[in-house]
Amino acid sequence: MSRRVTLTLGFAGNTRYATVVIPDDEPTPWQWGERLSVVGKPMARVDGPLKAAGAARYTYDIELPGMLYGAILRSPWPHARIRDIDLSAAQHLDGVRAVLALEDREIRFAGQEVAAVAAVSSELADDALKLIKVDYQTMRFVLNMDRAMSDSAPRVFGSGSNVGKTSTSSVGDVARGLELAANTTEATYTTPVQTHVCLETHGAVASFNPAGDRLTVWCSTQGVFSVRDDLAVYFSLPPDNVRVVCEFLGGGFGSKFGATPEMIVAARLARAAGVPVKVMLPRGDEHRSTGNRPNSEQKVKLGVDRDGKLTAIDLVARGSGGIGGGAGSAAPFKSVYRCANIRTEERNIYTNAGPASPMRAPGWPQGCFALELAMDEMAKKARIDRLEFRRLNNDNPVRAAEYEIGARAFGWAEKNSSPKSSGAIKRGVGVASAQWHAVGVSGPEAQVIAHRDGGVEVRVGTQDIGTGTRTILAIVAAEELGLPVDRVKSEIGDTRFLFSVPSGGSLTAPSNTPAVRQAAAHLKDKLFRIAAPILGAEPDDLETSDGFIRVRTNPSRALAFADVCKRIPGDSISAQGERVPNYAGFRTDQAGCQFAEVEVDTETGIVRVTHVVAVHDAGRIIDPLTARSQVNGGILMGIGFALFEDRRMDPQLGIMVNPTMDDYKLPGSLDVPRIDVTFFEVANGITNTGVMGLGEVSHVASTAAIACAVYDAIGVPVRSLPITPDRVLAALGHA
Amino acid sequence: MSRDDRKPRKPPGLSRRSFIKGAGAVAAAAGLVRVRPASAGEKRLPAGVVEKLGPEAATIELNINGKPATLEIEPRVTLLNALREHLGLTGTKLVCDRGACGACTVHLDGKPVTSCMVLAIDARGHQITTIEGLGTPSNMHPVQAAFVETDALQCGFCTPGMVMSVAAALERNPAATTDEIKHATAGNICRCGTYPHVFAAALRAVKPEPARSARSVRVAKDA
Repeated sequence: MSRRVTLTLGFAGNTRYATVVIPDDEPTPWQWGERLSVVGKPMARVDGPLKAAGAARYTYDIELPGMLYGAILRSPWPHARIRDIDLSAAQHLDGVRAVLALEDREIRFAGQEVAAVAAVSSELADDALKLIKVDYQTMRFVLNMDRAMSDSAPRVFGSGSNVGKTSTSSVGDVARGLELAANTTEATYTTPVQTHVCLETHGAVASFNPAGDRLTVWCSTQGVFSVRDDLAVYFSLPPDNVRVVCEFLGGGFGSKFGATPEMIVAARLARAAGVPVKVMLPRGDEHRSTGNRPNSEQKVKLGVDRDGKLTAIDLVARGSGGIGGGAGSAAPFKSVYRCANIRTEERNIYTNAGPASPMRAPGWPQGCFALELAMDEMAKKARIDRLEFRRLNNDNPVRAAEYEIGARAFGWAEKNSSPKSSGAIKRGVGVASAQWHAVGVSGPEAQVIAHRDGGVEVRVGTQDIGTGTRTILAIVAAEELGLPVDRVKSEIGDTRFLFSVPSGGSLTAPSNTPAVRQAAAHLKDKLFRIAAPILGAEPDDLETSDGFIRVRTNPSRALAFADVCKRIPGDSISAQGERVPNYAGFRTDQAGCQFAEVEVDTETGIVRVTHVVAVHDAGRIIDPLTARSQVNGGILMGIGFALFEDRRMDPQLGIMVNPTMDDYKLPGSLDVPRIDVTFFEVANGITNTGVMGLGEVSHVASTAAIACAVYDAIGVPVRSLPITPDRVLAALGHA
Repeated sequence: MSRDDRKPRKPPGLSRRSFIKGAGAVAAAAGLVRVRPASAGEKRLPAGVVEKLGPEAATIELNINGKPATLEIEPRVTLLNALREHLGLTGTKLVCDRGACGACTVHLDGKPVTSCMVLAIDARGHQITTIEGLGTPSNMHPVQAAFVETDALQCGFCTPGMVMSVAAALERNPAATTDEIKHATAGNICRCGTYPHVFAAALRAVKPEPARSARSVRVAKDA
């Protein structure tokens, strides 16, 4: 049933052997240093031509016969009760086929869904929305966290408190740790609400069968199966009667899990109109209503002894996810640096603003920013080199190695010691530590099919949020079958395929690649049974390489893979594989670090990031080309969070004042620094592929490193994000 | 009482974009009267004669990817919506709907324009090239091929607009520098942060490297 396999674990210069127990039908894990033919080599993504030619079909591009365009009316008020809705004028407009009043009569943020229409054109749907008359009873609202916590504040949720549950953690004795410290720092750091700004807005195309008991939904989602399950519950249908499809997805970043309101609205309109309906949100609604990274206010105290060792880390944090929760930032404080005395306390405050949703390493970029800038303030006070300070308080050997690689690639020693220019433009450098834990989970199942024409198909019910899922799955199957990658086609994004997990937590690569590899191995066994009698060998004596099935002991005795496929009885032969639970391997966390260099114009306050060095471990890298793209993206999103992005609310009206892509500032091509990425290979011994995810760990430290570099450049910490020119000038006393 | 918990005074005002659209709707209701600049190959209206269109759908002809296309559309329909919802050319994407992100970039007489900010009726008499007209998955334009080879795309939603901006820049200056490419794409927002590879793609399109066998670029079939 199971067998024992000895694996090399660790990284260059720090390896050990370990024996793991794996199921019998699990392929032997790829070993440290094993020569693989296509895994680990740069590969252009297999669906690149479709994307580059505009032929990739996103939800937004789905057009069905007779399809209507839906639109959603939203409350302009942040807090109100709906007394009455008059839909009649909208219903009588020519070309309008369905109008719905949504049931929720309590409005808790400006942008909440109120009613919806479906019409024969998108322009007419917008016209119809303007004809819906809503009688609102407006109420007092609250946006500010201090006000929200006061007794007299309006309650976001009726009688419930605006203060969510307090999460606390404590190790050792922080008060004692601060007493023991030779030096301490104490400061408050704030971060703004960041919105995801998926380029493809949230939305769906929904279609019911005439009997109304089968629903097909094309939607922009990070989890086709989670959407299916939610819709099945909502419409009281068996899950098998709901099909969810997402071939291509124009960005998610954590905001597209489960059945979101616009998907349900599309399906309800489709049912009411008796024809398919497409609902894709306008940009403003995307900013206001579909999720965001909560803001934070973090009071940080650090203590350090005479040797530069941390004696205390104390965090009291609060943040608001609007009407949603999840405003925590304590995780980095608890786990990045070694300290005997750590206390954290975090609270989510409810306010009348759009709900938070997970966003690329939830809680980490904001926590890392506060922790790392506090570390730099501490280092300055204690007169320790900032990188040395981190080395002294790091007990992760992977990160220790990465600091050295990064410092060399960045030129830390020279850059950190060079004198600041005497001119207006000051140069500064910073370093910050990353951490994540993308080892993946069991659950996904994969199917791999060989066709008589020699083509191979991989089918998994996962999805590609832009990371190149199709490509890495094809590479893994090709490796196992000894084929060139272009012989393998990946099909994903459909609940008709076998189950997979949502694409969040950087789970996609580490959860799906082992299932695909196991399925390919099972398929290979079946093909060996076909080839063995022809080759006059036992199936166990065969192997695959270079498009051939060969006798291991006599590789010249071989059959082309395609020729074996010609002997498949019937049309095709297929095999399944499952993602088995993680083995007890090396480490379940990922380290990583990033170095940043900035130029600050002390006359204008403008900050420019000029160079970023990123060193990351993600187990085995399947495709360095697409992996690099992910890291670039993590850094760029970190530049946005550091310097530009800020959801601004109007305190008088309770509405978002910048729900656009010009007033909400995003990093563009002119903000791109030189970026150098190093992948530090770690043999984690956790799955048969040893892959870990990269999407989140590559984003965790970017903002922090930039903030530290700004502090280095101007000698004053800017403790509030984004680091806008006015804040830089204020920090310099020029405001 | 703090500023933020008093009763709100009035609902949000008009955005710039809704003003443009709203103004269009008012004009449409009255019957749109416009004097359009005649362009090459078009019949000039006699002096002093103005064209009336709308509010109902009008039949217009556009030249798209070298072919004439006849559409029946309301005068308020943008070129972007005409392409996507009337002609099925869905490669061009709507993202910001106000000319701020470049995802809907097409070429109008060879120049990049944001098609969400152009009314379809104003595109009459111009040569319009969309991403579909630049190349197809099996017969890519060199810029499209370079995007694939350098992985200058992630989720891919900004990609058609990004490709159109880079292609126009290289058309203007086939030896464009990275700095020129940065400026040419400054109006194209990519949330996945793919810019560094976009710059690499532009350089490669300028100086194509021989195809490498290790790089297998495979064309997936549209399911």
